Amino acid sequence: MPKRLLLMGNEAVALGAYHAGVSFASAYPGTPSTEILEELSRFDGVYAEWAPNEKVAVEAAVGASLGGVRSLAAMKHVGLNVAADPWFTLPYIGVSGGLLIVSADDPGMHSSQNEQDNRYYAKAANVPMLEPADSQEAYDLTREAFRMSERFDTPVLLRLTTRVCHSRSTVVTSEPEKVPPVPYQKDAVKRVMIPGHARLRHPVIVERLAELERFSEKFGGQRKVGGSEDAVVVTSGVAYQYAKEAFPGVSILKLAMTNPLPRKLMREFLGRFKEVYVVEELEPYLEEAVAALGFSPKGKERVPRVDELNVDVLRDAFPELAGGPEEKKPIKEITGLPARPPILCAGCPHRGIMYALARLKAIIAGDIGCYTLSVLPPLEAHDCQVCMGASITMGHGLYKALEMASGGEETEGSLSHRVVSVIGDSTFFHSGLTGLMEMAYNDGRFTVVILDNRTTAMTGFQDHPGTGVTLMGKPTTAVDIEMLARALGIESVHVVDPYDLEECRRVLSEEMKRDAPSLVIARRPCVLLEGGKERIPMSIEREACNDCGLCLRLACPALVKRGEEVVILEDTCLGCGVCAQVCRHDAINTV
Amino acid sequence: MKEGGKSKKERNGVAVTRSVVLAGVGGQGTILAANLLASALLAHGFDVKTSEVHGMAQRGGSVVSMVRFGESVASPLVPRGEAEAVVATELLETLRYVHFLAPGGRIICSRTRIDPLPVLQGAAEYPEDAGELILEYAPGGVIVDAVEIAAGAGSARAANTVLLGILSHSLPVTEEEWLSTIEEVMPGRVVEANHGAFLAGRALESQASPGGEAP
Repeated sequence: MPKRLLLMGNEAVALGAYHAGVSFASAYPGTPSTEILEELSRFDGVYAEWAPNEKVAVEAAVGASLGGVRSLAAMKHVGLNVAADPWFTLPYIGVSGGLLIVSADDPGMHSSQNEQDNRYYAKAANVPMLEPADSQEAYDLTREAFRMSERFDTPVLLRLTTRVCHSRSTVVTSEPEKVPPVPYQKDAVKRVMIPGHARLRHPVIVERLAELERFSEKFGGQRKVGGSEDAVVVTSGVAYQYAKEAFPGVSILKLAMTNPLPRKLMREFLGRFKEVYVVEELEPYLEEAVAALGFSPKGKERVPRVDELNVDVLRDAFPELAGGPEEKKPIKEITGLPARPPILCAGCPHRGIMYALARLKAIIAGDIGCYTLSVLPPLEAHDCQVCMGASITMGHGLYKALEMASGGEETEGSLSHRVVSVIGDSTFFHSGLTGLMEMAYNDGRFTVVILDNRTTAMTGFQDHPGTGVTLMGKPTTAVDIEMLARALGIESVHVVDPYDLEECRRVLSEEMKRDAPSLVIARRPCVLLEGGKERIPMSIEREACNDCGLCLRLACPALVKRGEEVVILEDTCLGCGVCAQVCRHDAINTV
Repeated sequence: MKEGGKSKKERNGVAVTRSVVLAGVGGQGTILAANLLASALLAHGFDVKTSEVHGMAQRGGSVVSMVRFGESVASPLVPRGEAEAVVATELLETLRYVHFLAPGGRIICSRTRIDPLPVLQGAAEYPEDAGELILEYAPGGVIVDAVEIAAGAGSARAANTVLLGILSHSLPVTEEEWLSTIEEVMPGRVVEANHGAFLAGRALESQASPGGEAP
């Protein structure tokens, strides 16, 4: 029975995959893609898992496809960088069961370190790409993707963006498919990419691309929306929604399959108009294609190449399309309001150890996780950060360079000894392990701190290889980080409680002096995981406190300056006691 | 305010989409409130779209969710000056999104103050006159002690639902549709508290003096 549902784009992808008969799904959590796997794990008959990283997720999905079942791997845009190695060779080996790779891009960087445009990945690897514009299309195109994948023997990229992933809109479902597994057959020439085989397969990709382009010409998702005869807007994805609302009555070519593009259709349709406009987020992907067909489109000369789009941005970019004069006089945005940046929660176990590192003047190579928030004032406890897992490897290079710069005149206080890499447990399992191996193998005499809060906190508390539980809730083996480090050859391994500031200070200052690779594990579960536990808030003894404000340097939301006085918000405080250890006047105690 | 019923107003031949902006601080339940409002509108038969922000922005940061409805909704994001209501669980966050309000639109917010980090640190000042400012920008706004009212109904965490109760008067969704949507959308253990919070908010509206603060 078809139903009308209100679904987030990610939920629609999951339901579409389920109705397409998907059997295997793997992912590493990453905003804005996380809910796809969380949702899939709830469906009967679907095996869903958290992989340690995206490369693993894609490769596992490829194996499942070769094993004959419909498979999916989902990730945020930067996750496809991690999976880029299998990505470029996948089209060579093709599929057995349908294979869908989902990339969720984040224009506007709501929760990301860059805003790369992954449409170029589809083009670069010659993989067909579908771009939904809302939840209904996310559902429909997911189902279509599996059919396309099997018909053309290729993986398919479903390219989402934040405003598709995290928008809810109505979805009408259609009859679920029952897809029997494809019987396994060995085919080494097709699936073992030694150079001799790959040379045979590359021409197949070129032929397939031509077939896919013919398919793209006829594909029902390529929609011509009729309107005025003067101008036409070429667009795809959520940008279509903005264009439709900003430019009422203007003709639109709305593309759902954006690799390969239907060049014949575009040439014929666009040729009917005096002016061709292109509306797309981020890079001029469609605009370049339209220009290559001989048109002179108006696009990125006026539509920003940075940040996400919206109706206002488009009205400002192309007022000639936006129609009548503005009737309204909206309230101006109020400037000068205090900002509200995200912060480490009250009781967050990262706070104490990041404070201790900052006091020790550590040069901190950071990573991707909640703890990166400690870069903000007043903690300012980060020096560099680039991508998942890079803390340890960057720290290694930083250490080597500073050691060389000191000309061998190393002392305990020299810069190279201040290098500390900081990485969360989930991020460590994602891609920190090879870094730790680099440190041990190549004698990086610096300190790595693993902030082990027993979860993947930033994306919403997903399990990982260290928690002993799978995505489907089954107990499993848990990685022992201490044993792992020792197996790599790191002799100095310490575990500290990040709530015990004195212990953190002592161990860190000793380890930073050590002339050998060193690992410190700061272990305490995320406070949000421990939500139900009894808590005894701290309070400030008025007579003892001289309002020096030292405790405020912890940036705890429970510590507030009211006038000249420092007070603790009893409702917010979780009683971690880190502030009591910072106070020099012994003024902070449990209530 | 627009009266209940589907808006027939058109601009350039396109049916106008109605919009509500919901704002708050990460952890206050803004996303869940937006989902509740959207689900109620869907139950009444509207086409609905929402947008929300997940991930890093939720760690105590400023959070905004948008709900749009009508015969057919295109953009999930509300353009500047087009929201018929801004519903917010914190005073400063109300001011932050006031520019989304349509001329004549309405603010419904909780008299709750949560100091952001720069204020906690003494590096910035919280606008002490936030309540008056809000009413200056949007005469006819309603500021209530939503947390206390919600606590009275069973859970202080249902403050958002009190505000939706107040908002409900300007929407055609029936009380029955609201209550059954709460049952559908909210976790079982908090359904009763949210029913109470919604009805308390809905009852409050009739007492609120226009242009001023509710008792």
